Amino acid sequence: MNSAGVVVRGLSGGYTPGRDALRDVSFTADPGQIVGVLGPNGGGKTTLFRALLGELPVRRGEVELPGPPAYVPQTEGARLDFPVSAFDVVLMGAYARTPWFRRVAAGDRAAARRTLERTGLADVADMSFGVLSGGQRQRVLIARALLQDAPVLLLDEPLSGVDSVSAARIESLFAELRAEGRTLLVATHDVRQAGEWDRVLCLHGRQVDFGRPAAVLSPETLRETYGAELIVLEGGGRAVGVGHHGHAH
Amino acid sequence: MLGWLTDPFASPIVGRALLELLILSLACGPLGVWVLLYRDAYAAESISHGMLPGLVLAALAGAPLLLGAVGGVLVAAAGIALVARDQRLGADLGVAVCVSTLLGLGGLLALSPESPPRLGELLFGDLLGVSGGDLAVAGALAGGVALALLAGHRSLALAGFDRGSAPSLGVQPLRWELVLLVILAVTTVAAVQGLGNLLLVALVLAPATAARSLARRLPVMLALSVLLAAVAGTAGLVLSFHLEVAAGASVALCAVTVALLALLVPAGRLTH
Repeated sequence: MNSAGVVVRGLSGGYTPGRDALRDVSFTADPGQIVGVLGPNGGGKTTLFRALLGELPVRRGEVELPGPPAYVPQTEGARLDFPVSAFDVVLMGAYARTPWFRRVAAGDRAAARRTLERTGLADVADMSFGVLSGGQRQRVLIARALLQDAPVLLLDEPLSGVDSVSAARIESLFAELRAEGRTLLVATHDVRQAGEWDRVLCLHGRQVDFGRPAAVLSPETLRETYGAELIVLEGGGRAVGVGHHGHAH
Repeated sequence: MLGWLTDPFASPIVGRALLELLILSLACGPLGVWVLLYRDAYAAESISHGMLPGLVLAALAGAPLLLGAVGGVLVAAAGIALVARDQRLGADLGVAVCVSTLLGLGGLLALSPESPPRLGELLFGDLLGVSGGDLAVAGALAGGVALALLAGHRSLALAGFDRGSAPSLGVQPLRWELVLLVILAVTTVAAVQGLGNLLLVALVLAPATAARSLARRLPVMLALSVLLAAVAGTAGLVLSFHLEVAAGASVALCAVTVALLALLVPAGRLTH
């Protein structure tokens, strides 16, 4: 859908001047590519996303995007006691293009229904967001991003803590989005999973490495990325970075 | 029975009081829901109490109470912002320090020998003394509040539900948090004449508390809150007429009773 992807050159920045949370990040992600973003908690994954969203208070370097990216946060960021249904939440993806004095357009409401079907949530559309399972909530937030119809999607650990049904659904969605020519940046702790995607970006306060999984996911790079947090399971490449799923700020 | 309900409103004084309460319900009902959802109940209480010195000074100077309320709210807001800027104190303590100081200062001014005996009116309002002019002012302010909440509905919902991703969806949460506080201050100014400094909070928070425990969807919750505020207002006037008790206090107690009754109903019973 877009000829250009994501181009980042010499990106550094953070939340307070003089204290970079992330340094020297340079990579290119083409349309139709999924980039796994690996790193420990506090390693700069969320900071990178904030920078790409233009929300980082301090930012240096260059970022080129084909359009405003859609952001899928960790579900912990959303209020579970808020009186909104799954459908209401998905519809929020159309708010930016809806003038304040208008109802959300009929076309967008129909599109919201379709994204709920696409994420396997049609039958829970009218249920409160707060009573859904963690995996269903994650899919609702992904559906909301789909409604934004953005060329680039930034997903913050979308697969951590979700049930296997949701995980399978999310992974097949990733494949569809890739086929549509969208660029996905997926923060994850699961090294094995990142190995199945197109590119891997390793962060530890700075860019440790970027490239094809086969070239990047060496024990040395992973040790440099995760430091003491790394646990290597038996059977070769089954290394898993353990984290506490907290927001890295 | 019907006569018992309608008798009070034969008097134009009570009729005007009812109109004032119905007008205020339009603003207080939906505002209360947002205040609860934004966990701003403490701020609501504080803003209304913090403006007491402004009211007292206006009463002393013979100026309109509205003017005193606006001045009082601005001073309270500025004071809270100033104290909260100190990292060692934080927002909660900033509010506590400012509001206690201002409430004390208001009491000191009002109880001085030179003050006219109107402290009761400032604290508890003068629902039965509402004039046509007061109604017009309350109508303009409450109408503005209701329209602002309607216009900002989507942004308020998004910023309140998912603060972290709101900017990527086109909504700046900080801006809407401030807007809500400003709307709260305007509502406080609108309601102070009728319900007074201490009681108006009841009409903001109590019907909203009831609506929140009865309804599951936001639009239903907002409408229900308006309805319950109007019911509490009407019931309060009827009871105050027959029991010969203060009108404002009676309205406040009815509002709180509605909230308590609603809390007895299992969650989300009315809508799914």
